[in-house]
Amino acid sequence: MVPAMELRGVSKHFGSVIALQDIDIKVHPGEVHCLLGDNGAGKSTLIKILSGVHRPSRGQILVDGKEVQFRSPRDAAEYGVAAVFQDLGMIPLMSISRNFFLGREPVKGIFPFSRFDKEKANAVARQAMADVGIDIRDPTQAVGTLSGGERQSVAIARAIHFGARVLILDEPTSALGVHQAANVLKFTIEARLRGLAVIFISHNINHAYPVGDMFTMLNRGRNTGTYKKSEITRNEVLSIMSGGEDMEAVERDLERLLESVRPVQG
Amino acid sequence: MRSPVLMEDDCSGWTMTPMDQGARRLAGTEQPGTNAGVVSKHRDGPDERVRHTGWLMRLLRRPESGAAGGLLAAFLIFAFLPGAGALFSLQGSMTFLTLSAELGVLASAAALLIIAGEFDLSVGSMIGFAGVVIGLTVRELNMPLWGGIASAFAVSVIVGWFNGLIVVSTRLPSFIVTLASLFILRGLSIGLTRGITGRTQIPYILQDVPDPWVASLFNGHILRGLFQWMGDMGWIATRSDGVPFIPGIPMSIVWCVGIAVVASWVLTSTRFGNWIYASGGDALVARNVGVPVSRVKIVLFICTACAATLVATIQVTEAGSADTLRGTLKEFEAIIAAVIGGVLLTGGYGTVYGAILGTLIFGFVQMGIFYTGIDTDWFKVFLGAVILAAVLVNNYIRAKALGEGAR
Repeated sequence: MVPAMELRGVSKHFGSVIALQDIDIKVHPGEVHCLLGDNGAGKSTLIKILSGVHRPSRGQILVDGKEVQFRSPRDAAEYGVAAVFQDLGMIPLMSISRNFFLGREPVKGIFPFSRFDKEKANAVARQAMADVGIDIRDPTQAVGTLSGGERQSVAIARAIHFGARVLILDEPTSALGVHQAANVLKFTIEARLRGLAVIFISHNINHAYPVGDMFTMLNRGRNTGTYKKSEITRNEVLSIMSGGEDMEAVERDLERLLESVRPVQG
Repeated sequence: MRSPVLMEDDCSGWTMTPMDQGARRLAGTEQPGTNAGVVSKHRDGPDERVRHTGWLMRLLRRPESGAAGGLLAAFLIFAFLPGAGALFSLQGSMTFLTLSAELGVLASAAALLIIAGEFDLSVGSMIGFAGVVIGLTVRELNMPLWGGIASAFAVSVIVGWFNGLIVVSTRLPSFIVTLASLFILRGLSIGLTRGITGRTQIPYILQDVPDPWVASLFNGHILRGLFQWMGDMGWIATRSDGVPFIPGIPMSIVWCVGIAVVASWVLTSTRFGNWIYASGGDALVARNVGVPVSRVKIVLFICTACAATLVATIQVTEAGSADTLRGTLKEFEAIIAAVIGGVLLTGGYGTVYGAILGTLIFGFVQMGIFYTGIDTDWFKVFLGAVILAAVLVNNYIRAKALGEGAR
């Protein structure tokens, strides 16, 4: 099967800083590909390259097997690659349907009397949300009144509605409560069931592991391994993410520190 | 594609037992009845989490509700003050409406620009400069009046475009960029006029122009027949020669209403309006989804400059002269009117009709203080208090609009 999206040898330099080095990733339709890494691993830079915010310094981006160059996030969206950012993508003081169609407003009437078709926008936004399993109360209510999880859902529904075939979710659960996070994970699976390729960026293994089919670990700007779910356990993922023995070393250091403090307290 | 049933085995540590109905539907495995009572989606009927809000609450949540209340309060307060009777007469109200109309033109354009997240502090100077352009082209270059007015609009398009271009290309605050324009334009007005004519005023602009009818588009009155008829019937006061004191509705009010209606329609009902809200709400988000934020802002800077030129044209045709100091401080009055009317100073929220209500408060109180004989020096004190009150009320309304607890 041709990957829906593929990176070949992608590197990104900011001045003398090498943010990403030779990244290869393949994401197939109907697959959730988790990108895992600690802070500073290069996740953010990678998302920005995937979604068209940054251009890679070296390497190729392929969509459906054809090489592409994204000039902007909008450009990436034209190719069916849509990113749902944690905080970006929604304007709190605008209504759900206005946000939903921002930049792609349906219009009716003839210039100079062409106008934003609000009825259609409201109806379509409502339907698109229902399609991903959310019943919005009122499409004219401000996005700012929604909870974080609901906002994510609107953004995901929007991406799907506008024909995204590759959905990039940037830390979709990090700011959410348990219940909301579960909802977002549910939408992730729905998107996968629809045949979308999903790139799921997270540093929370507990959220990523249940939904993921493939796991790519990033560390210090490098790909430290791509595994199928059957090849790796949750703990193995965790230990690779944190740099393996580092965590044990930290624990030993803490133990020693506590030992040294104890007599003083006693 | 993997079967969704498999996933239930995979989700150790994460409870996903009630597989979402939607997912099952998509996977074609939905079995009626199996999920009953587990997932409540409220597909039929309203969501129980929506508190019923009455029409009054919804009305109060509109951004201009504070200004509407303020105007009502001003009406009531002045109704009980001695000497304010004249304020509510036809003449008095026409005076205050005329006074508000010019500001309304500016405030409508300013409201759009503020909602898009920018300021234009140069509109006051632009009024003076546009007047000077009309005066100089007509008097010194012997242009017809329409030519002078067209030149002024051409100049204002360039000024607005230039303001906008600098703001969007440097990402500097528009406050400082247009503050510079404020001084440059005012200096140019005075410098050019004194350099060419030796004075700071250009009188007799309308004298001997080949097209005096053009002036009537800006300084005339409509519905003259109706007002004459009302005067003949003795319903409204007339002068000794039988012409009513108020011969009709001044063109400035017509322009103001026309521009407010168009601006409001553009803002709330067009794609461009959606882009205006988005540009002020979050320019980065707007750019990322493909909204041409820079173009939106430049167009709106051109609109404010053109609104200033329209006001200048009205003033020049009414007075028959141009003065280099015209329009001083109008930029602040326009911003104040918009803010009193519920436009959020940081952008992304507000309405044109709110700005018009703010303008009416401004004009009404100014006239009210004049008619009731209160020392007009106190107008500024009042203005300051109203601005503060407006900002507090707007803040409260916005919090209400977003629901309590939301940011």
